[in-house]
Amino acid sequence: MSEGQDTSVTLGKAINLGLRRSLEADPKTVLMGEDIGALGGVFRVTDGLQKDFGEHRVIDTPLAESSIIGTAIGMAMRGYRPVVEIQFDGFVYVAFDQIVSQLAKMHARSGGSVPMPVTIRIPYGGGIGAVEHHSESPEAYFAHTAGLRVVTPSNPVDAYWMIQQAIASADPVVFFEPKRRYWDKANLDETATPDSLWSARVVRSGTDATLAAYGPMVRTCLEAAAAAEADGVNLEVVDLRSLSPLDTPTVAESVRRTHRLIVVHEAPVFLGVGAELSATISEQCFYALESPVLRVGGFHAPYPPSRLEKHYLPDLDRVLDAVDRSLAF
Amino acid sequence: MENPTPMLEGETPFVQLLTPEGERREDPDYPLELSDDEYRALYRDLVLVRRVDTEATALQRQGELGLWAQLVGQEAAQVGAGRALIDGDMAFPTYREHGVAWCRDVDPLTLLGLFRGTTNGGWSPQDHGFALYTIVIGDQCPQGVGYAMGIQHDGAENAVMVFFGDGASSQGDVNEAFIWASVFNAPVVFFCQNNQWAISEPLERQTRIPLYQRAWGFGFPGVRVDGNDVLASLAVSRATLQRAREGAGPSLVEAFTYRMGAHTTSDDPSRYRLDTDVEAWKLRDPLERVRSFLHKQQLVDQQFFDELGGEAEALAVRLRDGVRALPDPGVLDMFEHGYAEPHPLVDAERKQFAGYLAGFAEDVP
Repeated sequence: MSEGQDTSVTLGKAINLGLRRSLEADPKTVLMGEDIGALGGVFRVTDGLQKDFGEHRVIDTPLAESSIIGTAIGMAMRGYRPVVEIQFDGFVYVAFDQIVSQLAKMHARSGGSVPMPVTIRIPYGGGIGAVEHHSESPEAYFAHTAGLRVVTPSNPVDAYWMIQQAIASADPVVFFEPKRRYWDKANLDETATPDSLWSARVVRSGTDATLAAYGPMVRTCLEAAAAAEADGVNLEVVDLRSLSPLDTPTVAESVRRTHRLIVVHEAPVFLGVGAELSATISEQCFYALESPVLRVGGFHAPYPPSRLEKHYLPDLDRVLDAVDRSLAF
Repeated sequence: MENPTPMLEGETPFVQLLTPEGERREDPDYPLELSDDEYRALYRDLVLVRRVDTEATALQRQGELGLWAQLVGQEAAQVGAGRALIDGDMAFPTYREHGVAWCRDVDPLTLLGLFRGTTNGGWSPQDHGFALYTIVIGDQCPQGVGYAMGIQHDGAENAVMVFFGDGASSQGDVNEAFIWASVFNAPVVFFCQNNQWAISEPLERQTRIPLYQRAWGFGFPGVRVDGNDVLASLAVSRATLQRAREGAGPSLVEAFTYRMGAHTTSDDPSRYRLDTDVEAWKLRDPLERVRSFLHKQQLVDQQFFDELGGEAEALAVRLRDGVRALPDPGVLDMFEHGYAEPHPLVDAERKQFAGYLAGFAEDVP
């Protein structure tokens, strides 16, 4: 690639390139996970990296998620910068103890003497017709835990930069990858200057209501906004990008312009990121709001068999239904 | 198919270099040559570590500590292991490794801060080669293996010693750690102090076979050592650590010992175990056998014991006074170090809470 030349890449390839840059930048960066070596990961996100960086830096691990995190903690203590892959969202719970009780608390427990620069990559969300435990959105569990940071890109360009920024962070970062968007394409300029990892971004300006979303739902919201425009409704869309920290100032600023907020995510709405954002915006923008903050998301039901997932997952119509309810209030 | 061999006490031999009567034994697999000074130094460690434990228990009873996890009975296992570690090695403890902490130059007063509630950590793992205490049973095991993998990647000639107990041997993380250490040939020694009890649950609730025998199933050697014999613990720890440092892979050491005290100061062993068992184990006391040996070998005189007794009492006084003088952390310290880099929510909550606290200050006349 010559400097400044735009190149079209998928979101999966963008992460692959980002991982490559991080491996090049810091010899202490190591990748660990199941099937990430010769296979290149079940989604091929680590394709070719073991071949180029060796088995000591791109490590196929035993099938033991708790120890994937546990050993990453030990390697971080030794001065390494582990980037681990949890193969699917539904498999991360096996490692929950090491993440919440150990990884998240080590820096505080050590009085600041033991940083934990560990990145946990997790393909998440539904929409690919997968079997059970392969379509979940567990981000709220991690955002709820002090000591962890949680981010999720919605597009290839962000994915490229955000994975590198997450790896460079001195704190543990849970990096949620919107698996159904792995094949979305965009032009990538590797010479550009990225936004802060922790900032939200207005990805579509509008005047009538704000849609706040992240990961796979950003595209859904942009499609909903395009459809609404045909009906004369002008929607603003905010890509949250980071869930911990949550960039509430950017959302609040948007709400002060549009006076209405709808939060959209695949995860269940009960006690989800939308609930947090609703509460915070209600506290901070009480007089600016023309209607209650609404949430569109998954239900308080186990993720259904895939033949039903299109009804479980928010889609363009459910987003627009919420927009209608917000505007009608 | 037959059931596996039941585990009867005494049925399985262990490495013993010093009998409960203070007689020196030799083991061809674990030779140990110590100078007179080294014998005396080990005894000093045992005495002082026990004194720390006794004092901490008393301080808990006086309300100065919220809790104390007693070490008594396990001094030999821990001092032997702790003194086998060298510079650059890293130990991963549970919350009862006060004897190993001693050997790694962690001030016992720092340990007391943890049980008093002034800190959740207290020392620098890197400075001491001693990771922070781990309270969730078994969590430190994969961490130790990860650290060992780091040593391996660095090409360093060091090793990790991971401590855990018989109760932890049932945890998934411990068994996972065995697998990882095995397949990566990590330089790690798993040091299991089998003290026979996991709070109220006897060993029989955790295993049907001697714990050290599990190692073979994972693909590395295991050895049982008399956990009340500091010489045996030292010799076996040295040998297994050296093996790991040289790239020959992990080992499991089962230190067969007994928890003479309660699980913690909140526990009541009279509800679940017999005094007669405790009395029988008293005859295998880790300190007495070394004392007998020193006497018989004429390595010490009364002055040695007098001076050591004085040193132990001075240590106890320092701990007693030191604990009472430990300052509570500042209220806003809870917002410190949750993250290495700034986090706006933490900053906002700290500011809000500081303002709330300041509101009370105005009420003071």
